Amino acid sequence: MSDKKVLPQSFKKESPRRAYLDSLERLDILDRNRLVQTGIEFSGTDRSGTFMQMDDSIVHCGVEQPGVEVLSTEEAVSRYDWLADYYWKSVSPEADEYTAYAREYSRHGYFIRALPGVKASYPVQASLYLAENGFAQAVHNIVIVEEGAELNIITGCASGHAVRTGMHLGISEFYIKKNAKLTFTMIHNWGEDMYVHPRSGMVVEEGGVFLSNFVCMHPVHELKMNPLTRLTGPGALVRSNSILVAQPGVKMDVGSRVWLEAPNTKAEIIARALTTGGDILNRGHLRGDAAGIKAHLECHGLILSPEGLIHAIPELEARVAGAEMSHEAAVGKIAQEEIEYLMARGLSEEEATSTIVRGFLNVKMDGLPAELQAEIDRAVKQNQDSIM
Amino acid sequence: MLEINGLKVAVAGKVILEDINLVINDGEAHVLFGPNGSGKSTLLGAIAGFSRYQILDGEIIFKGVDITHKPVHERALLGVGLMFQRPPTIKGLSMRDMVRICAQGHEFPEELPQRLNFTDFMHREVNHGFSGGELKRSELLQLMAQDPDLVLLDEPESGVDIENIALIGESINQLLDRDGLNDKAVCPRRKREMRRKSGLVITHTGHILNYVYPDVGHVLFNGRLSCMGNPRELFGCIQKIGYGECVRCSQTCS
Repeated sequence: MSDKKVLPQSFKKESPRRAYLDSLERLDILDRNRLVQTGIEFSGTDRSGTFMQMDDSIVHCGVEQPGVEVLSTEEAVSRYDWLADYYWKSVSPEADEYTAYAREYSRHGYFIRALPGVKASYPVQASLYLAENGFAQAVHNIVIVEEGAELNIITGCASGHAVRTGMHLGISEFYIKKNAKLTFTMIHNWGEDMYVHPRSGMVVEEGGVFLSNFVCMHPVHELKMNPLTRLTGPGALVRSNSILVAQPGVKMDVGSRVWLEAPNTKAEIIARALTTGGDILNRGHLRGDAAGIKAHLECHGLILSPEGLIHAIPELEARVAGAEMSHEAAVGKIAQEEIEYLMARGLSEEEATSTIVRGFLNVKMDGLPAELQAEIDRAVKQNQDSIM
Repeated sequence: MLEINGLKVAVAGKVILEDINLVINDGEAHVLFGPNGSGKSTLLGAIAGFSRYQILDGEIIFKGVDITHKPVHERALLGVGLMFQRPPTIKGLSMRDMVRICAQGHEFPEELPQRLNFTDFMHREVNHGFSGGELKRSELLQLMAQDPDLVLLDEPESGVDIENIALIGESINQLLDRDGLNDKAVCPRRKREMRRKSGLVITHTGHILNYVYPDVGHVLFNGRLSCMGNPRELFGCIQKIGYGECVRCSQTCS
C-alpha cells in the first residue's frame, strides 16, 4: 500500500449530461454487460424501486411500493428540512481529503427510505455507474429505515467498458431505527485503473438489525473503505459479510468497524479474502462500550499465487467488564490434504482447487432472502469463472 | 486386482515401508493388522497416491496398469477408493455436492443417505463439525457413490459408538459386495464366485471382524509384512501373545 495517494483533484470534475431512461432495459448493451454481474435487474420486476445514476446524471428513479421512497439525495434535502439531522451526521466531511471533496462536489446519490412499519416485499436496487473516462464521481447516499420497517437494498457499482481510469467517491449514511431491519448488499465491478473510496457510517437503534453483504471480485486499482457501524440502542445487531478477490495489480484496503455502545448489542464481521496476485489489507475493529455485548470478527484469507499479499488486522477493544469479544483470522494457501481428498474422489488437481475456492467464497449470508442469496451466488459464480 | 512388488516408501525422507509384496485377487478382502506406527496408513496412502508418500522402489500394479507414479485422481478413476481415517473439512462444499463429485457422473441411488442415517447432513459442509461416527458415515456414503473396485479402509471402526458399528459393518459389506447373505434368491456360493470387489482393511482393535469377514490377514510390523494367514486366527494369536511374539514366531517358522 505504499503507492502515492491519488486524490480526486487529479480527475475531471465535469461529465456530460446523460439522458433519463424510462426503463433500465433501454441502457446500452455494453453498459448492461457491466452491470449484469452486480445484481441489477433491468426490467425492474421483483424490485420495490430502482435508482440509477450515471456519472452526475440520474438516468432512472422510480418506486413501486407504497411507503418506500426513492429519490436523489439532492432532491430529498430540498424536500425535507428534517434531513439536516441526518445529512453529514454519521460521516464527517472533515474526515479526510475524500470526504472534503465530496462535500464540495458531490452530486445526487440515492435517498432511500422505508416509512414506519413498512415491510418492503422486494429489494430496492440502486446503481452508481461511472461512464466517463477520467471522471471523479462523488455521490452522497442516505438510507433511513423508520421504526419497525424492513428494507432490502441491492447496490451495484460499476464503471463503463470505455472507462480506463476514474474515481468513485461514495458517502453513505444509513439510519436503522428502533426495531427496523436493513439488509444491504453491495456488489462492485470496477475497471483496472479505478480508484474507489466509499466512506460510510451507520447508526442502528434499539432492536434494529443491519445485515451487510459486500462482494468485490473484479480488478480495481485501489479500493479503500472502512465503514463504521454504531449500535446505539440496546439489542441492536449488525452482521457483515465480505467477499474480496484481488487479481494482480489490485490494492484493497477494506475494513469494518463496529462500536457496540448499548447493552446486549451484537456484531459479527466475516470476511473472505482471496488473492490471485493482488494485495488485500483486511481490517476489523470491534469496540465494546457496554455490558452484555457480544462481538466476533473473522477473516479467512487464501493465497493462490506466489505474488500477492493478505494482511489481516483484527482488533478488539473492550472498554467494560462483561464484554464478550473474539476474533479468528487464518491466512494461507490451500491445504494439499484437501486437494488430495477431492482427487481421491476423482477430481483432477485443477478441478479440486477450483472446487475448494468456490467453497471458500461460498459464504452463506444469514437472514438473506433465498432469491437474494441466489443472486449473490450467481454473481460469485460468474466472477469466479473469470478469475480461475 | 492389486499387485505390489518390492515397495519401499518414505515419508519426509524417512523410510517407513520396505520390501512390501502383496497380491489381492479379484473379489478378495484382506485385513492388515499392526501396532501404531507400523506403517499401515502409509501403505494405504501409497496405494492411493498421496504426495507425502515417496515411492523409493518397487511397483504398484492395479488391474494390470502400473499406477506407481500416477496422480491420485487417475487411480480413483481407475477404481481405487479410500475411506479416510481423519478426512479434512471442505468449507463451503455441501455433502450433497461432494456425493455428486464422488458419483463421477454415474447415477446415485437416492435412498443411500437414508440408509446411512445421513439425510440431515446432506446440506452441511463436508465433514464440518462431524463427530467420529458421523465422519465414518460421511466417508462410507462418499465411497458408495464412488463405487470403487478396490476399497481401502483405514480403521473404519475408530471413534464409532457401539450402536453404529453394525451399520458401518453392513455398509462395508455392501461396498465389498458381501451383503445380502440372507437373500435366498442368490446362492451364497455363486455370489462369492461372481464377486469382483476387493478390499484392504486396516484395523487396530479388530472389532470390525465381528461384522466383516476378510479372506486373508497380514501383519505389518516395523514397516514389513511379517505374517500372513487366516484373519481371525491371526487376530486371536496377536491378542494372546502380542505383535512382537507373533512376528518372532513367523520368522522362526519360515
